[in-house]
Amino acid sequence: MNFQHELRAETAKLIRRRWFFRQCGVGLGSVALASLLGAENAVAGNAPRPSNPLAPKQPPFKPKAKRVIYLFMGGAPSQLDLFDYKPTLAKYNGKPIPAEVVMGQKYAFIKPDAALYASEFKFSKHGGCGAELSEALPHLAEVADDIAIVKSMTTDAFNHAPAQVLMQTGSTQFGRPCFGSWALYGLGSEAQNLPGFVVMNSANGLSGGTALFGSGFLPTYYQGVPFRKTGDPVLYLSNPAGISDQMQRKSLDLIKELNEKHLGMVGDPEIATRINSYEMASRMQTSGPELIDISKESPETLKMYGVEPGKPSFAMNCLLARRLIERGVRFVQLFHEGWDHHSEVVKGVKEQTGKTDQASAALIKDLKQRGLLNDTIVLWGGEFGRTPMVESNPDVGRKLGRDHHPQAFSTWLAGGGIKPGITWGETDELGFHVVKDKVHVHDLHATLLHLLGFDHTKLTYRFQGRDFRLTDVEGEIVQGLLA
Amino acid sequence: MSFRILERTCLRELALLFLLSLGPILWLGFEDPSVAAEPAALIPPAASRSVDFVKDVQPILSEHCYACHGPEKQKGELRWDLKASAFKTGDHGPIIVPGNGAASRVIKLVSGLEPDSIMPPRGERLTPAQIGLLRAWIDQGAAWPETAVVARSAVDKRNHWAFKAPVRPSVPQADKRKWPRNPVDNFILARLEKENLRPSPEADLITLIRRVTLDLTGLPPTPKEVDEFLADRAPGAYERLVDRLLASPHYGELWGRHWLDAARYADSNGYEKDRPRSIWPYRDWVIRAINRDMPFDQFTIEQLAGDLLPKPTPDQRIATGFLRNSMLNQEGGIEPEQFRVESLIDRVDAVGKAFLGLTVNCCQCHDHKFDPFTQKDYYRFYAFLNNDDEAFLEVPTDEQSRQREEILSRIHSLENKAMSESTNLNERMDAWEKGLANPAPHWTALDPVIWENFGTKFEKQDDLSLLGGGDITAGGVMKIWFDAKLTNVTAIRLEALTNPNLMHGGPGEVGKGSFLVKELTAETYAMENPTVTNKIKFRRALADLEAPGFGVTNAIDGKTEKGGWTPTTTPEHRNENHYAVFECDEPVNLSGDLRLLITLHQTFNGDDKNKGLDADSKLDCHLLGSFRLSATTDPLPLSVDPLSPAQHTLLAIPSTQRTPEQKRELFSIFRLSDSACTNLNQEIDRVWEKWPYPATTMVLQQRPHPRVTHVFKRGDRLRPAEEVQPGVPAFLHPLPVGAPPNRLGLAKWIVDPASPTIARVIVNRIWQAYFGQGLVTTPEDFGTRVETPSHPELLDWLACEFMRPTTPDSGFGFAGSAGAQPWSVKHIHRLIVNSATYRQSSHVQPEIYAKDQFDRWLERAPRVRVDGEVVQDIALSVSGLLNPKIGGPSVFPPNPASVGDTVYGGFSWNESKGDDRYRRGLYTFWKRSLPFPTLTAFDVPTGETSCPRRMRSNTPLQALTTLNEKTFVEAAEAMALRVMKEGGPDNRARLRYAFRLCTGRQPDREELEKLLKFWQEQYDHFENDTADAVKVSSADLSNLPPDVNLHKAAAWAMVSRTILNLDETITRE
Repeated sequence: MNFQHELRAETAKLIRRRWFFRQCGVGLGSVALASLLGAENAVAGNAPRPSNPLAPKQPPFKPKAKRVIYLFMGGAPSQLDLFDYKPTLAKYNGKPIPAEVVMGQKYAFIKPDAALYASEFKFSKHGGCGAELSEALPHLAEVADDIAIVKSMTTDAFNHAPAQVLMQTGSTQFGRPCFGSWALYGLGSEAQNLPGFVVMNSANGLSGGTALFGSGFLPTYYQGVPFRKTGDPVLYLSNPAGISDQMQRKSLDLIKELNEKHLGMVGDPEIATRINSYEMASRMQTSGPELIDISKESPETLKMYGVEPGKPSFAMNCLLARRLIERGVRFVQLFHEGWDHHSEVVKGVKEQTGKTDQASAALIKDLKQRGLLNDTIVLWGGEFGRTPMVESNPDVGRKLGRDHHPQAFSTWLAGGGIKPGITWGETDELGFHVVKDKVHVHDLHATLLHLLGFDHTKLTYRFQGRDFRLTDVEGEIVQGLLA
Repeated sequence: MSFRILERTCLRELALLFLLSLGPILWLGFEDPSVAAEPAALIPPAASRSVDFVKDVQPILSEHCYACHGPEKQKGELRWDLKASAFKTGDHGPIIVPGNGAASRVIKLVSGLEPDSIMPPRGERLTPAQIGLLRAWIDQGAAWPETAVVARSAVDKRNHWAFKAPVRPSVPQADKRKWPRNPVDNFILARLEKENLRPSPEADLITLIRRVTLDLTGLPPTPKEVDEFLADRAPGAYERLVDRLLASPHYGELWGRHWLDAARYADSNGYEKDRPRSIWPYRDWVIRAINRDMPFDQFTIEQLAGDLLPKPTPDQRIATGFLRNSMLNQEGGIEPEQFRVESLIDRVDAVGKAFLGLTVNCCQCHDHKFDPFTQKDYYRFYAFLNNDDEAFLEVPTDEQSRQREEILSRIHSLENKAMSESTNLNERMDAWEKGLANPAPHWTALDPVIWENFGTKFEKQDDLSLLGGGDITAGGVMKIWFDAKLTNVTAIRLEALTNPNLMHGGPGEVGKGSFLVKELTAETYAMENPTVTNKIKFRRALADLEAPGFGVTNAIDGKTEKGGWTPTTTPEHRNENHYAVFECDEPVNLSGDLRLLITLHQTFNGDDKNKGLDADSKLDCHLLGSFRLSATTDPLPLSVDPLSPAQHTLLAIPSTQRTPEQKRELFSIFRLSDSACTNLNQEIDRVWEKWPYPATTMVLQQRPHPRVTHVFKRGDRLRPAEEVQPGVPAFLHPLPVGAPPNRLGLAKWIVDPASPTIARVIVNRIWQAYFGQGLVTTPEDFGTRVETPSHPELLDWLACEFMRPTTPDSGFGFAGSAGAQPWSVKHIHRLIVNSATYRQSSHVQPEIYAKDQFDRWLERAPRVRVDGEVVQDIALSVSGLLNPKIGGPSVFPPNPASVGDTVYGGFSWNESKGDDRYRRGLYTFWKRSLPFPTLTAFDVPTGETSCPRRMRSNTPLQALTTLNEKTFVEAAEAMALRVMKEGGPDNRARLRYAFRLCTGRQPDREELEKLLKFWQEQYDHFENDTADAVKVSSADLSNLPPDVNLHKAAAWAMVSRTILNLDETITRE
């Protein structure tokens, strides 16, 4: 199905309805408009009412998941210190890796004959499923039976920006829509008063920049809207100084009246859309602050996430992610870029798991107890993995680190049709190559789109004479991950 | 390097273990006879999903099979593009056995089960995934729907209308003889009549002046301009208005911005680091070129090859910035070559989209699926762009050029004065010259085998020098290993080389091109025992030039962190080649078993406190960006020559016969090493301190030796295939006779009158800017899959008119055609905006709307929200805040600090002060990873790739921006004061004025009453709440004139804000 044509047709249908109202003398007072515009989305029923391109839509197949929370671990976490336990590494610790294994791969900073470096973390089995996890993830261990760990991820890029862009958009080249934009394009949003695709960041800036949540060649209303950790949660959400909510409302009312009058004069339906946009903006001015006001969350909840009220953190963003999806937001993208451990990987991993482990696990628990995990996908992972070899360089003070490693890395998923309590895929004894059930980035995307109710080869957008899709020309559904 | 040692047994064990673990993924085991027993097992598994012939199978057939079994060739009488042929039974049985992929001959052949006839026999094999798809398709019944469009033959594709040069069609006779104003209208009217539609009446005069002013300059007309236009009752008033607007310097700003979208202009490099770049002189060049209506063929040639024109002007070199607008990855640890290739791919894409309207980038990996563009065509096209250095051009202002001349002449006069006053100068210089006369040693360049530096990554050049790129830094420790075979090496030479790829030409990697070698160390070691090294001792070092206090002896003093050699600490001789020679204590023998390691210690300790300069040296860069190492076996002692080759020739002229200028030139070098000239040198150094460094801009510069271009298998640069020469795609017109096989030839080919692409593409984009959509709705793609143009004859007529305008005496003249030059963009503007089509009302008629919702037939003028920059420009303009300055470095309007949250490394947005806060939107500093939120909210493209067509969305974020963003708030405040001052004696007059400022028109009674009521309510509120009034009337109360009533100013600010937020204000009616 090509949504582009559908969009056009549906917009046309709606516009004809507006004309009907006008021709029948209903007039264009605010009452009539209210029934025509945004508020109608609240009407129950399955029939989509696409008064705007973001109106909720049914995907072509029955979806297992309705929404996604993507915990993006930028910088690339070390799979060897978190998920992919390799006892053999200990045996060869300090020995150079054989050239037959490396097969000509070039590295960002280390030489291809660098020494192997065994994880300094202890691993043990958890849950009924016996998932093997590092001691750095004590909280995740508690939900081991709810998640699926993939140890056989692989990607094509090994510099941060291109790899992050690939992970988010399915291409290393800039200019493509990200996963969240595709989801919004295909599914629309159920959020009345909030953007359908929200982005939050809790650590360093992103190597891939805004392209990671951009809509590429899709229309801009499908791009991610950043929620800020300081100031207005959404840019320009607050009234200017000295303008009370009441004054703002009066201004908006007047703007609406004058726009309606102009609509009556020139008859361009785009003015109706503008009126709708202003009303949505006004609702966001209320719902934005309400969203970030966590005073009504129970102390147990705050404690479970490890949230300190008033303090921006990954934990806070996880809690807000739950609040966002409760309000109908389709796609929540959290970025936490702090995993680029070229030096002192042990220290770095401890630091970042200290910031993310508890809240990631809490999100699973919280969603589960609220009955939201069934139809919400939670995805955790970075853009590539890290080498089984050590990175060190006394000239610049690097020691006991790990370099970029695109051949194999780990990620985990939960909820929304994902088979819980499994570990998928295997790497070789050194954790260098995937040897079983390889999952390429495209395969991951294909699987996620499948869970959202799409055939990934059919969710397309015609651009430059070609039907583009998230999975480019690749992608196989990973059947083994499906519940 | 002790970790290299590993016990042999251990290594073998480890490798074996690894290979065993790899076993299961080797699906193609047929090389190994032991596993060939079960052939079916060798076929990749069928895909597990349902397979669609058109989507999944046809592309594979098209990519791998059609070349031999398609419309052109039918080897074995098999055509894979025809159903009947594919399903026939061949000599070896059926090709396809529906329901049984594994038994189908095609699957066996592509899987390699018959090693003698693997398909395809040449080129890329099918991947396991592709075979899996084919197999699944057959397993699932091999459905080949009759409706599946059979691939058109290449011959058919070449016949596509857009691949044939436009021929001027005759202008249709339309029935409504009175309506057309010029031939554009005849075409439009003829089509309307075919659809049984009628044109709309002409828009009212106020709408017209606002429309055409916004469309040509991106600024709204002032009330005075509207009044003057209304008062001009003489015939031709509108045409005169158009002429005035086309002559406005703001015309070039708006239409320049349209072009910059396609040129993917930005002020930062993109990718992770996304550092700022200086390329705004290119942006200003575009504005200038458009303002003077540079013929579009010239506009094209200068941007693609201005530097290759005879005696190129600085402007013509600046123009090549078009190609340099590509992103540049400076992430740590990248391979610079990988991203040079990426930038070339981007350039091919940009040329394709901006000039050709072709999606050539599909062919990076394979032949185009739909257009007759092959992968080889792609790399031949790429080869045109593959032969350049990425240079930086200084762009001095007139003032800076004058200052430079002044400084040079001041120095020359100081030198002349010193020469005339100096005693025994001739004797001293003679002695100096004699020292220079020694024969130059014979040097052998050393070939680096490995090199290593953290940060900046170096790449070996053809001349064995190393050139830095990637994450460029000011310092580093550079290690270079050589496997040279030389006996009796007596000395080593380090050459610091200028290079066009470095800022100001280097030789330093960054900054102004300085460098500092703190220490050069050399050692040898036996390959089998790398831990035992033999340090080479130097008995003496000498350099062609040494700055005071930075003698080259410092570089062999054993201190790797202190001191060091640099030739100069002033701009004098900074960006020139230099060298130092290091004489060995004992001759060194380099043999095959010995490896030589040379380390250049160039650490840098700079911080903001020192303005980025190194704390000790006060230089802005230490790291050499381009250098080469050589060795000699000549006997010692050696000497150095501080003269350039040109200066050296002066030595041959007897000193008595030299001109005063020649004498001075030699003296200028002599004095640098003459102890009696110390004071003079210091005085001259002080003069050099004032040397102005102008802005630079990024340009292309052709390399003396072209690079070799290869086809990359599947687009992978690490898999080069056949070598290709620059060339144009065969399905288009040939390269013009005599055109050189370089960028200039390419540019001339693009604008060749025989070209089917360029003129159509450009007139279509101009049309798109006026009517919201092009005659071809995909301006970036005129290929075989696009929608048919709405008005194909009009497109061709405009394209021909663009290249060869009608002259009045040709018999085809029409109003406005007099004097038009070929390739004049302004001529096309006049044709369009003077047409009756353009002048129609934009009011929407419901009955017609049902027939032509998207206004394809143009029975009305489209009503469009203005571009993002113009949204902001309107607010600044009507409030009186706008600084109309044209050009210059980009500016930083207010931006909330929190927007930097998502930027790598954070970003401090240095808010511009004063007038620069209120410049037109196109001058906003464009950081690719942090595009300015106000503008992105209104669909301004990110600049990551070429964008010939903007989206136009309508979102709540736009509403929040114009309601609450700082610049818009300041605009409302300023507009309030302006309305109070200029608007007239009473509130009604002031309201009318405010409304006219924003919309051009008078408010009607109802609008006026609503606004008046609102003003009164607000005023009443502020009277009771002065604190609010203070906040709303002005962020800075000192802006308020003393005689202004605060409460009224606040009420007017509220009214102004309301009017600024009307849909009509940001819409071109």
